[in-house]
Amino acid sequence: MLQLAAANLLSPPVLFFVLGFAGSLAGSKLTLPEAVAKTLSLYLMLSIGFKGGVAVAGHGLTGEMFAAIGAGVVLSALLPVAAFALLGLMSPLSRVDRAAVAAHYGSISIVTFVAASETLRSLGVDFDGYMVAIAAIMETPAILVALYLAGSNRPRQEGESLFGEVLLNSSVVVLTGAFVIGAITGEKGMAEISPFIVDPFKGILCLFLLDMGAVAARGIANGSRFLNPGLIVFGAVMPALSASAALAIAWLTGMPAGNAAILMTLAASASYIAVPAAMRLALPEANPAIYLTLSLGITFPINLVIGIPAYLALARWILP
Amino acid sequence: MKTHPKKEIRIICELPLAGRMRAHLDRAPISGYTLLPVIGGKGSEGAWSREGLVGDAGQMVIFLIILDEAELQAVLADLYAVITNQIGIITIADVEVVRPDRF
Repeated sequence: MLQLAAANLLSPPVLFFVLGFAGSLAGSKLTLPEAVAKTLSLYLMLSIGFKGGVAVAGHGLTGEMFAAIGAGVVLSALLPVAAFALLGLMSPLSRVDRAAVAAHYGSISIVTFVAASETLRSLGVDFDGYMVAIAAIMETPAILVALYLAGSNRPRQEGESLFGEVLLNSSVVVLTGAFVIGAITGEKGMAEISPFIVDPFKGILCLFLLDMGAVAARGIANGSRFLNPGLIVFGAVMPALSASAALAIAWLTGMPAGNAAILMTLAASASYIAVPAAMRLALPEANPAIYLTLSLGITFPINLVIGIPAYLALARWILP
Repeated sequence: MKTHPKKEIRIICELPLAGRMRAHLDRAPISGYTLLPVIGGKGSEGAWSREGLVGDAGQMVIFLIILDEAELQAVLADLYAVITNQIGIITIADVEVVRPDRF
């Protein structure tokens, strides 16, 4: 466990994240222009989606894959309920704010998934390519559940199509689309574009995490006045609870340790790209400073630095 | 140079809302509008900046609409319905234009 933690802490992506975080807290104006950050994000989605699709092309559709998809959907639907209840115990937030935060913790952070995938690869831990599809599938059910929890009965205006807007957000489209293209083109397609999507991947991940570190620190500096101690504890504890639930489901469905570690990471992560935008449309009364600071400023760094190696160690310990 | 009076609606709103705003503006009785990105700022919800962000939440944009006074109330009511519960600012100003046939 300590060896895993040390290997993760001293890996270039995590160290670049820490550099961005520390530099921003110290007052550096270090940050990437928004267009560059978005391009890097889309590159990471494209690369990870394509690699997952190629892996599925090699192994075909299996019963294990559908079981894992079911596990992802169940987690994404149930975790918001747990988060909503826990927030009721730990904070004085309004019902709408609790529902908005719960949506983030039921959905996933695709960047945390990318970081976990890279950690597992660098440690030589196998996991199935279809876990990318589970990441994409887990983006949305939490939003539906959270709207129900919020009791949202706001009348819809003409032209509003929340789920079109959520399902067609660029990260979901690129991730899912690249997965399908990878599955169609297989190893031949991989051979054609691997100099673009494989070789530079880790370096680009480092650059992206450098920026994310700066954004996370800036989020804490700007949003911490909206968080009370109960919320900060929630942001630290909820990932552990979610990962435990994922581990239980992985054990019940007989997942191998690598897949389980990825599922635990997905469950433990909190969205900060797709869900915040969806919440601004669906629950505008909820305070964005609360959910953005929690997911990006508290939970993301914890998962990246401590969570991923801990989830992998637990999965290896409990599962074959 | 002769100028002509028009009204300008300026709306600062959240980027996730931009698609809905554009859908309403495309149906409005106006000849066009302009959409501008905003670098950053500070309001009652705290400071914000678009730098480094990969998601739309946390970013703001500005819509500029120039129109005849006769259309002002109808267009304003339609747009206000979109952003009534959202973070944002709406201002209306008297402006002068040199080519009135464009508006």
